[in-house]
Amino acid sequence: MNEETITLKLKNKLGLHARSAASIVKVALQFKSKIYIEHKGQTVDGDSILDILTLACPYGGMLTIRAQGDDAAAAIKELEKLVENKFGEN
Amino acid sequence: MNPDETTKTFVIKGVGVSPGIAIGKCYRFDPLDSTVSFYKLKDASLIPAEVRRFRKAIKDSGQQLLEIQKNLRKEKVIEPVYVIDVHILILKDKIFINRTINYIRSQGVNAEWALRMTLDHYKQIFDGVKDDYISSRVSDVQHVVQRILRNLSGEKREVVWEVGHEGVIIVSHDLSPADTAQMKLEKISGFATDSGGRTSHTAIVARSLELPAVVGLDNLTRFVHSGDEIIVDGTSGLVVVNPYSDMLKRYEEKRRHYNAAKDEYLKYGKLPAVTLDNHNVQIGCNIEFVEEIPSAIAHGAENIGLYRTEFLYIYRDDLPTEEDHFENYRQVVTEKNLSWSTIRTFDLGGDKFPNYQKQAKELNPQMGLRAIRFCLKEVEIFKTQLRAIWRASALGKTKILFPMISSVDEIREAKSLLEETRQELLARGEKIASKMEIGAMIEVPAAVVIADKLAREVDFFSIGTNDLIQYSLAIDRANERLTYMYDPLNPAVLRLIKRVTDVARKAGIRTAMCGEMAGDPLCVLILLGMELDELSMNHLAIPRIKKIIRESTLEESKALLKKALTFDTASEVRSCVCDYMARRFPDEFKIQED
Repeated sequence: MNEETITLKLKNKLGLHARSAASIVKVALQFKSKIYIEHKGQTVDGDSILDILTLACPYGGMLTIRAQGDDAAAAIKELEKLVENKFGEN
Repeated sequence: MNPDETTKTFVIKGVGVSPGIAIGKCYRFDPLDSTVSFYKLKDASLIPAEVRRFRKAIKDSGQQLLEIQKNLRKEKVIEPVYVIDVHILILKDKIFINRTINYIRSQGVNAEWALRMTLDHYKQIFDGVKDDYISSRVSDVQHVVQRILRNLSGEKREVVWEVGHEGVIIVSHDLSPADTAQMKLEKISGFATDSGGRTSHTAIVARSLELPAVVGLDNLTRFVHSGDEIIVDGTSGLVVVNPYSDMLKRYEEKRRHYNAAKDEYLKYGKLPAVTLDNHNVQIGCNIEFVEEIPSAIAHGAENIGLYRTEFLYIYRDDLPTEEDHFENYRQVVTEKNLSWSTIRTFDLGGDKFPNYQKQAKELNPQMGLRAIRFCLKEVEIFKTQLRAIWRASALGKTKILFPMISSVDEIREAKSLLEETRQELLARGEKIASKMEIGAMIEVPAAVVIADKLAREVDFFSIGTNDLIQYSLAIDRANERLTYMYDPLNPAVLRLIKRVTDVARKAGIRTAMCGEMAGDPLCVLILLGMELDELSMNHLAIPRIKKIIRESTLEESKALLKKALTFDTASEVRSCVCDYMARRFPDEFKIQED
């Protein structure tokens, strides 16, 4: 099974809040791979909006995203794009 | 005086967020605790069916939300649709679902009970999160749980029914956009909720529908049941449950007065505010939402004297973009029936930017890093707003107003940022007005003291009496034990205001007033006497203020002011003004007596 990992810095001013967490879940749900999000040693499922919210990852915080599955590389690429584009916020 | 023995009368004080009086039958929305039954399953063989029942409720809830979302997108909404997105994703949250199913299986409880345990679990987790914004997201979990419970109970949709002849009064713990989206709003005559504040969804909906609403009632939902007689006094922030007959009569009379006053006075709204001796005062309206503009115009507003822009920041979890600002300002300044719109830059402290950065808690936020002080520190946030205001200026007459000015430095700095943004926009090729009037809010006593210096920097003053009174008399407005001291007719306050108008007149600039005092019928003549150029107020106050102005003279106003200024104490001034007004306008001030 493929596994891909990437560590990103949160560049949107708001950090991981309702709207950005929702964006992550929406992307995670599109892929077969299992997605995990880690912040400060706490790991949660990428398809659980409530768990992602409880990470309370702020602006500038580091986020490690791990994908396990056949489409892991594609999922990571998509999630990276999301974070790098600041979730469409300015 | 004779309370009915069978029903108990309660009076609960909350926060009035939309004025007026509603009397009607209570409709309890989302009766989460009172009607949901919690029970243990008789034996383990019932578990699979219970799990299926739960999954079905999840599925139905999801479909309803998708439908609501579709409808909200079609209509123009006052709130980000993404909130419903979040609710849909919670319904898809496997951990949330599996936890509930596990409770059903391991504890042998019904789905309702299991859901309750799941909610409690999340309450505990979110409570532990240090970020205030995140911890308040538990309300989203609550809203979703309530929807699932409703589906479990077999009610497909929560629709508000008409009860009797009068519209129902919605009583709820809280209302989300998804809740109000499916109510038959025309059947409703008022709102009362346990939680919420001036910017809560309930408050916004109530104001845009001009329905009375009281929020922040803590545990009202514990005392009332559907069908109870209930009074919502949105003007004074009171809710009466099961009023006894005398009280009900008094409130019916009050409601008649209120509605009659509205209808009778409305005709004065259309007329100009000109005194019998031909002195003209501009009448503006204070607004917070673009949705308020139609009622502002209907009540006779000639301009928007104060457009508060805080709402653009508070009601969302990201920062508004230049386009977000512009979209709102565009709707205000392009309104044909208004001569101009005064946009006040945001009057917020860092605590209102929960996601922007963690701010240290301030012990005294009223005197803290807020309004212009915050803007000058967070220049980029400020400039985004300034650019949008400039762009609006190309579409209709726009004035800009800076809040909480206390020094010449501040106004100069604000002006230089305004100039910077102007250059940026010109470089971008945007259309903007060649000139925009700049105003300073006069609400800090220091600004009054240096008013002559500030007058050289700006085109107009706008006196914010609420804060000016609070700061000059050193009264915390939230402190109920001090409310007796809070008096716009205090001689110190009158002197401060008079100084501002005198200085402005000498400097040749205009003076407006946008605090509550401007809409207080009792104070009209005093303000006329000071020759304020513009009074800006709540839309409901406009017709009555215009009527009084039209029936008075500048000459008598000056004489009354002169006399009022001779007294030593606030109570002496007040009784002098009350006597005069009651004698001069007996019809106007009779109602106030009771």
